[in-house]
Amino acid sequence: MAELLFDRTVYVGVMVLLAIGLYGMLAKRNLVKKLVGMVIFQTAIYLFFIQGAAQMGATVPVIEEELGTAADTYVNPLPHLLILTALVVGVGVLGVALSFLLRIYRRHGTFDEDEIAAQLAAEPIEGHRVDDHGADHGADHDAADPEEPRS
Amino acid sequence: MTALPLLLLAVLFITAAIAGIVGPWRQQAAFAVALAGAGGAFALAVAGLVVVLTDGTIIHELGGWPPPIGIEYVLDPLASYMTLVITGIGLITLIFPTRAGFDATPPRRMPLYPLVLLLLAGLLGVVMAGDLFNLFGFLEIYAIATYALIGLGGARATFAAFRYLIFGTLGSMLYLLGVGFLYLTTGSLNMTDVAAQLTGIADSPTVAAAFALIVIGLALKMALFPLHVWLPEAHSFAPPAVAALLAAVQVKAAAYALVRILLSVAPPELLDGAVTATSAVGWFGAAGIVFGSVMAILQRDFKRMLAYSTVAQLGFIGLGIGLANEQGLTGALLHVLNHAVMKSALFLVAGSILAQTGIREIPRFAGLARRMPLTMFAAALAAASMVGVPPTAGFWSKFYLLWGSVEAGNWAFVVIIMASTLLTAGYFVRVFQQVMTFDPAEEAVANAVEPAPQYLAPVAVLGAGVVVIGLGNFAIVSGVLEPVTAALLPL
Repeated sequence: MAELLFDRTVYVGVMVLLAIGLYGMLAKRNLVKKLVGMVIFQTAIYLFFIQGAAQMGATVPVIEEELGTAADTYVNPLPHLLILTALVVGVGVLGVALSFLLRIYRRHGTFDEDEIAAQLAAEPIEGHRVDDHGADHGADHDAADPEEPRS
Repeated sequence: MTALPLLLLAVLFITAAIAGIVGPWRQQAAFAVALAGAGGAFALAVAGLVVVLTDGTIIHELGGWPPPIGIEYVLDPLASYMTLVITGIGLITLIFPTRAGFDATPPRRMPLYPLVLLLLAGLLGVVMAGDLFNLFGFLEIYAIATYALIGLGGARATFAAFRYLIFGTLGSMLYLLGVGFLYLTTGSLNMTDVAAQLTGIADSPTVAAAFALIVIGLALKMALFPLHVWLPEAHSFAPPAVAALLAAVQVKAAAYALVRILLSVAPPELLDGAVTATSAVGWFGAAGIVFGSVMAILQRDFKRMLAYSTVAQLGFIGLGIGLANEQGLTGALLHVLNHAVMKSALFLVAGSILAQTGIREIPRFAGLARRMPLTMFAAALAAASMVGVPPTAGFWSKFYLLWGSVEAGNWAFVVIIMASTLLTAGYFVRVFQQVMTFDPAEEAVANAVEPAPQYLAPVAVLGAGVVVIGLGNFAIVSGVLEPVTAALLPL
């Protein structure tokens, strides 16, 4: 009975975190808060998996002579491994997101979504012609570069 | 031979690493490495398709551990068809000059080649994964590469990429949550094993919730209407070569995952819940066709019009999945290939126009056909195929979808497919009226010339591909897609 209650409480907590994360991602206008919402959402899912592996009275999944090999004496290690992978992936996404935020802030000086959109809408969309800005093609281009435009 | 799936991934991951290392030294060397990587993967994909069609499915058990305990990579007819489409389009778009047609002056150095290789590797992983969690891992690998690729395109693209990152992560996380539900109920992650375990407990609410989460997550990644909100921005501000690759193959990987999960993990006859999920995908697809086409008609910006047209064309794929009968599925899978070829051709044409004239707006296109006849001819072929003019490729996918709808007795879908032809013609006629019937009005157009061979070659190959695929349609359907649908649908 205690186990059941314990299970449910954690799941309720996970659902609350999911809702907070979703609210942050979709309703907040500040890009950093959106990102924080995304991280909360991810963390809630990690907790969900870890909770799924939990088992009252079970021990670490290393087979011990005296405990035998019955599955219910050990915690299921697979969700932990899955979440380890998901964490790494999550860190990768977070890194890319933070580098975008850095570029956005340097360019616009704000994190407010509406203001950035307004700033971008005010700028004309100018296509870049290959013939213009000849010098801007970069020092890493040698003369025979296949991407070099015709002269 | 069983190592083929792993070899495909290894080639792309290793060349991605090499291209990343040599890129800062010489862009040209990175380009050569990227061509070798994509070319090698394409050759392996061709070999894979031939072997799979003659000898049957290739299964690689990672580390020799048999599933369901071990991880497996599966190259079945559907997966090998998809690997061929992905690597083929990847190879062709790599030839297109990377610095062409940027929104602003392109950055001096950019890691475009390693990222494209990483994107292709992620897509192939999604296609070949035989296990729900590996599918998630590869979804994220290709997603990270995509965010970075879109972000290369300047200030607008960075903002669009950030918004896409939030939605894309939401999509993959919903998918992961759904997989968590399935794992905790069935105790397995292997697709075949999950399908077997589900037979006894199919009507439990947990399973229904799991599939709801998975379908919503993947529909978000696939940009199925109304979860397409990130796509128009991301695709219209990405560099043209990147946009071509994204519209052609990136969104299709999630569509593939949807086919896999709705038809082979949870076949419609197994789950009551999945029947509603499958038909919901079909109805949202149908709504997406109408919405995307109407929005495309309203756009001034050519690339943005193409992006909305992608939303509409993805609707066709959703509609075909929703029909879940042989003709509908054939149409959807044929449309994956057809749309990949014609939409990448059109994005590369948009890139050529931008590189030559710097113009994005359709009303300023007047007279382009006089100055760039070959490019515009290829564009016209691709557009004709998009509308569905026989004998181009696009006609056949619509034909099979129509046949499938009639077979299913779904007359609403029949009407929508017919009407979509008119709507699609609506937005392309607007473009080609400017391009073909008027004299050059702007100086930039009047001085434009046909672009260099490296611009023209990929466009020409894709333009010719539209006609070749259209004419060779029966060979593709009977040779490749019949085994695919036979494996997916119970007879």
